[in-house]
Amino acid sequence: MTLRIPAQLLDEVRREGERAYPGECCGALAGPVNGEKHALRLYPLANRRTDDPHRYLIEAEQLRGVEREIRANNWEILGFYHSHPDHPAIPSEFDTSHAWPWYSYLIVAVAEGRADSAASWVLDPDQPCMLRETLDVESEV
Amino acid sequence: MPVIVHIPTPLRGFTAGHDRLELDGATVGEILQALVGEHQGLRRHLLQDDGRPRNFVNIYLNETDIRYLGQSETPVRPGDAITIVPSIAGGSPAATPTAEPLTSLPPLSHQEILRYSRHLLLPEVGLEGQRKLKAARVLCVGAGGLGSPLALYLAAAGVGTLGIVDFDAVDLTNLQRQIVHGTAGVGTPKLASAAARLTDLNPNVKIEGFETRLTSANALEILAGFDVIVDGTDNFPTRYLVNDACVLLGKPNVYGSIFRFEGQASVFDSRRGPCYRCLYSEPPPPGLVPSCAEGGVLGVLPGIIGTIQALETIKLILGAGEPLVGRLLLFDALRLRFRELSLRKDPACPICGTNPTIRELIDYEAFCGIGAEPAYDGPEITVQELERELAIGKPITVVDVREPHEWEIVHLEGARLIPLSQLPTRLNEIDGHDEIVLHCHHGARSMKALEILRGAGFSKVRSLKGGIDEWAVVVDPGMARY
Repeated sequence: MTLRIPAQLLDEVRREGERAYPGECCGALAGPVNGEKHALRLYPLANRRTDDPHRYLIEAEQLRGVEREIRANNWEILGFYHSHPDHPAIPSEFDTSHAWPWYSYLIVAVAEGRADSAASWVLDPDQPCMLRETLDVESEV
Repeated sequence: MPVIVHIPTPLRGFTAGHDRLELDGATVGEILQALVGEHQGLRRHLLQDDGRPRNFVNIYLNETDIRYLGQSETPVRPGDAITIVPSIAGGSPAATPTAEPLTSLPPLSHQEILRYSRHLLLPEVGLEGQRKLKAARVLCVGAGGLGSPLALYLAAAGVGTLGIVDFDAVDLTNLQRQIVHGTAGVGTPKLASAAARLTDLNPNVKIEGFETRLTSANALEILAGFDVIVDGTDNFPTRYLVNDACVLLGKPNVYGSIFRFEGQASVFDSRRGPCYRCLYSEPPPPGLVPSCAEGGVLGVLPGIIGTIQALETIKLILGAGEPLVGRLLLFDALRLRFRELSLRKDPACPICGTNPTIRELIDYEAFCGIGAEPAYDGPEITVQELERELAIGKPITVVDVREPHEWEIVHLEGARLIPLSQLPTRLNEIDGHDEIVLHCHHGARSMKALEILRGAGFSKVRSLKGGIDEWAVVVDPGMARY
C-alpha cells in the first residue's frame, strides 16, 4: 500500500525530529484509507520510554485517545512516525521485532540535529522483515 | 450471547477483514485462545509461547485494561466487548559501539546526503559507513580496463580520495573496454581523461594523480599514503611490485586480472591471509601469457572483474560482509560460471612467509625476465627489409601464424595462413627451399613459430619484427589496424 502524505505534514515530522534531537520523537499518523493510506493529521505523542534516548514507546491508552478523536471522521490510525538521531531512515532490529502488520512506520533520519531523508516501512506479512513502501508526498497547491 | 472482540486495523489481514468477531468463553484468556484458534495468523502477534499476551499488546475489557483487572483470568459476561490495542515501540540502533568514533569521520553535506541516499538506507552502510567512505583513500594502479569501472564506481560511491597511477595516453583501441575514457580523449593522458570524467561523476571526490610508471623506487612512497590499493595492472612486473609493496606496508591489495574470456579476483592482505606470491611464487616465462594487446580481451570482462574489485574495496572500507581474503574467484565469461578456490598462506612465501627472504623491493623487470635477451633467438626481419626484398622479386614465402579470425580483419597479400597452434602438424605445407618470413600481429607468436621451424630443420626462416601492425604503420597506412 502507498502512504500518501502532504509535504507540509512530512515537514512537521522532520521539525519534530529536529526538536527532539538527540532524543527520538514519535507520534501517530491518521487519515482515511481508500485503497491507499492518506495521512491528513499528525498526533505527536509523548515518548513513554525515558530510560533510553534511542528507544520510543507509545502506550495503548495514548492510542485509545487518538482513536477516540478520529472515530467521528471515520479515519484510521495509519501508522507511526519516529526519528532516528544520527542514523539513516531504515528500521532497526528493535523496530522490526516490535512492528505490527499493516501499520506504516515512517522514519525520519536526523543527522547532527538536521532532518534529512525520510522513508516509510511496513512489516512483511510473511517474515520478520520490514519492506519499504511508497511514500507519496503531495506538494502544496 | 457471546463476547464481541474488536480487531484493530493492523490485524484485520488475519481475520478476513472482519473488524469484530463474536466468540464464546468464560474468561479473557479463553476468548483469546478461541480467537487465535480460529485465526492462526494472529497467534504470533498477540501471544507469547506460554499463551499470555505479548508485552506490547494491551487487552481492554470494555473500557479497562485487563492489567488492572484479573489479567487473562478476568471473567467475561455475554455482551462484553474486548478490544485489542497495540503499543508501539522502536528506536534506532544506537547501542552498537563503533570502532571509529563518529566524530573523527568527516561530516556529510546535505547535498552528499541526498546523493548517497540509496547507500544511507542500507544498514550495512548508513551514515557512518558513508562517512567512512568519505574518509577513505584508495589507490587505483592503472586507469585501463580494470581501472575504468573500478574508479567510476568508487567515485560514484563517494570514496573521498582516489589516487590513480597511470602514465599512458588514451588509444583508440582502449575504448572498447576502458569506459572511463571517451573518444574526445584519444591521444591525451589517461590520467587527465579519467580525472575529468570522475570529477564530473562526483565532484566531491578528490583525485590524486601520479603520472608515472610505478617502480621499485617510488612504489612505497606512493602506496604509503593510501588505505587500500587496487591492482588494475596488466603486466607481471607491476603486479609483483604492487604485491610486495603492499606486504611490506601491511596494506590490503585488491587484485584482479583478465585474459580473453576469463578473469580472476581476490583480496590479498598478508596480515590475515595469503599474498599474490603465495598463489604464484614465480612469474610465468615471458611471452607465455600474452597481454591483452596480443591475446585480446572481451570488453565486458574487465567491467565485471573491475566491478568486483570496486565491491571488495568498498566492503573493506565499511568492514561489511566477507571479504575475498583467502579465496580466488575465477570467472569464465563464455560459460558464465564463477568458481572459487580457497587459498592458503604459504609459510615458505618469500615475502609474507615465516622466514621472508625479500625485505625490500627488487628489480621486477628482471625478476619477470623482461628486458633481458629475447627468449627465442633468431634473426628478425624489419618491415622495411621485407618490403624491399619483396619489391626486388626475391622468392619469399610469407606465413601468417595468426588465427583465422585475425586473418579476416586484415592480412598481407600473398601470405598463407597457418595458425601457430597448427604449425607443428602442417610443416609439410612449407617449402624449405624458399626464404620463409613468419609474421603475426606484433611479433611475439612469430618468434615461437620460428623456433618450431628451426627445430624441425628449416634454416632460412625469419620473423617479421613488429608483425602486421608494424607493416600497417610503416609500409601500408591504408591497412586496418586492430
